[in-house]
Amino acid sequence: MTPRSTVPPSPTRWSIIRLRHLLVLAGSLLAVTAGAQGDSVAISHDDPRIGLRAGYQDAAEVARNLELVGHGARPQNFGNAQNLGDFAFLNGDLAFKGDLVFQGGFNGFQVWDISNPKSPTLRTSFVCPGGQGDPSIYKNLLFFSVEETRGRLDCGAQGVTDTVSAERFRGVRIFDISDLDHPKQVAAVQTCRGSHTHTLVIDPNDPDNVYIYVSGTSVVRSGSELAGCARGASLSDTTTSLFRIDIIKVPVAAPQNARVVNSPRIFADSAGAIAGLWLGGAHGAGTQTTTQTNMCHDITVYSAIGLAAGACSGNGILLDIHDPVHPKRIAAVIDPNFAYWHSATFNNDGTKVLFSDEWGGGMAPRCRPTDKITWGADAIFYRAGDKMTAAGHYKLPVAQTDQENCVAHNGSLIPVPGRDIMAQAWYQGGVSVFDFTDPAHATEIAFFDRGPMDSTKLLLGGDWGTYWYNGHIYASEIDRGLDVLDLKPSDQLSQNEIDAAKLVRFDVFNPQNQPKLVWPASYVVARAYLDQLVRDKGISSDRSSAIARDLARAEKLKGTGERAALTQLANRLDQDARTASDPTRVQSLAATVRELAKR
Amino acid sequence: MNESFRAIPIVLALALIATATASAQNAPRYTAADVRFMQGMIGHHAQALAMTALIPARTSRQDIRSLGQRIEVSQKDEIAMMKQWLKDRHRQVPPNDAMHDHQAAADHSMNMPGMAMSDTLMPGMLTTEQLAELARTNGDEFDRLFLKDMIRHHEGALVMVASLLGTTGSAQEAEVFRFASEVDSDQRAEIARMTALLDALAPTGVTTHR
Repeated sequence: MTPRSTVPPSPTRWSIIRLRHLLVLAGSLLAVTAGAQGDSVAISHDDPRIGLRAGYQDAAEVARNLELVGHGARPQNFGNAQNLGDFAFLNGDLAFKGDLVFQGGFNGFQVWDISNPKSPTLRTSFVCPGGQGDPSIYKNLLFFSVEETRGRLDCGAQGVTDTVSAERFRGVRIFDISDLDHPKQVAAVQTCRGSHTHTLVIDPNDPDNVYIYVSGTSVVRSGSELAGCARGASLSDTTTSLFRIDIIKVPVAAPQNARVVNSPRIFADSAGAIAGLWLGGAHGAGTQTTTQTNMCHDITVYSAIGLAAGACSGNGILLDIHDPVHPKRIAAVIDPNFAYWHSATFNNDGTKVLFSDEWGGGMAPRCRPTDKITWGADAIFYRAGDKMTAAGHYKLPVAQTDQENCVAHNGSLIPVPGRDIMAQAWYQGGVSVFDFTDPAHATEIAFFDRGPMDSTKLLLGGDWGTYWYNGHIYASEIDRGLDVLDLKPSDQLSQNEIDAAKLVRFDVFNPQNQPKLVWPASYVVARAYLDQLVRDKGISSDRSSAIARDLARAEKLKGTGERAALTQLANRLDQDARTASDPTRVQSLAATVRELAKR
Repeated sequence: MNESFRAIPIVLALALIATATASAQNAPRYTAADVRFMQGMIGHHAQALAMTALIPARTSRQDIRSLGQRIEVSQKDEIAMMKQWLKDRHRQVPPNDAMHDHQAAADHSMNMPGMAMSDTLMPGMLTTEQLAELARTNGDEFDRLFLKDMIRHHEGALVMVASLLGTTGSAQEAEVFRFASEVDSDQRAEIARMTALLDALAPTGVTTHR
């Protein structure tokens, strides 16, 4: 959820300054996307999500290839029964640790025990208001974003009356959660714009510290409240607290010493001007109006490849984070369809980056039949080195009503080997699971949706974030609580593929700190690849049948017999790869079979 | 953590429980300054609409026209939001029908009743005379004056936000904070855009103050 005005389409042309600006940037790593290829997704008019009954607790629900298996209702002290969509109480983002889900929000955080995912039980509800409450976890530490002026150092709910006050807190709180029933705030690091979101950064070469990238998007506070904060609006004012992110260094053994160690000007151009990226405005006739790049909304780090993808209001950017205190921008893209660059997700091998556009700030209905399928959508880019190339868009392929806030929002990969599949939240548009392996033809394979909160007016609600974690999909519902969903097999996703996804497990999962997915050697992974080869005719049907038989035979053998059979199959697959129409997938299958032989 | 809550006299606490949920009662409420901010900003935005309504008849520049359309759309949305906020809280919604009537404002009069806001002019707002002056211009002259006036107008909105945040107890309700923050962010960015546009328009040797 982003504080943004809701600006519908308006036809515009290049302004002189915009053109001049872009020319200057052309040499400074800005890739201009002239519109992505393959925006061929059609809105479905024959879809069970259309016409669902409205209601808070009794809205109609519909799912395809997904099943709602568990639900935890929002606790009473985390809601305003008089005003269901009350901004002060919205549920927000999720973080995961062991059998626990941390659900952040504008009023504090809730902790759910999910040892039985069919029945999430509330373990802790900790009132600590200040919005928007994004959580991250590292060992026994919980990091928590605060941006509103009502935020208090002591977590009090009464707000802060004085305009300049030592009681006010806007920034990142650090809790010790060793005793889950009594979270203890061990540090509270103040920042000028507060923290709308933040991202945990772990440097593999620095085990003594972790880092927090702070994205502040709201109003800059007064310099008399926090030294150094400045509200300069002019693009040439180098003292301004705009046009930067803040980096907090957290000594793991002494988190109380956490502090801001750098506020890099990551939008600067090569000449050092701090406002070096998109200055705001439209991109030409019939294009979207894109917000000025003076903030990141969210940054997703992918330490396995030393990169972060920043969704930074007017641009999507790539940061080299090998030196986490000094991230270096290596690429920046625009998309004339985007209003507000909101979030980013890498595919597992890092060759694609999916950015989401939160057109309307999450508070507006932007999935109406009249809203363009490329607006308020995901834009998928190919990435190679520091080059990003527009490859396609994905948007929830069914229209929603005027009473449903709906736009692309948070999600994560589903670890199906060999495919890029994501579960994504679309606010009151529900949950959409889609495949973007071929980014020009991203396709939905499963969904879950409820009717509007109210049939007469728009009450803020719906799914904030939807994440796969250790075998299930968890969805944070803004008003209704926590949902747990299970994937069901279909012609687009086999049971083997789902079972292979379930093999990938994490002790901790922070969605914006994207982990590398690695599959253990397993027959089910091999069969997942084989199912894909059959579905997409990547190999002849004679060969796929033979491979299935060989796998079944090998599995029944044990010891040296099994190893010999697997090695023989792997060698045969190497040969298959030379003639198969999808050699890459056959090679992946061969590699899996070879790993099985070594087990 | 809830020391102050415990300090609330029981009678008051019971009264609060009667009107709100146990959880909601503790949240900071909106203040008179919040209400004034919303009421004032409606008039402020409405004048922006009166200004953008002048555009079609006075300039053929597509960038100014587009700018005007964008301002119009966003300010209309925000006016609707502010009115709803006031309505939900049973506060007076200032009449701005006359201001809404762009065509009338543009074509007929600068001395219509709806413009008689000079006694309560918000920061950055044009006086009736200044608005009339803008309406008398055309072409290049209009483009420059429009941008100058709108930059000043937007800067006024920033002053209003700063003044709200500088008022004891204000912007503590989450929705007010969100809106004020949004106005601040949007108008800042739009000022930067308009300033650049104005610089590009200015004849050689002439630069704006920014």
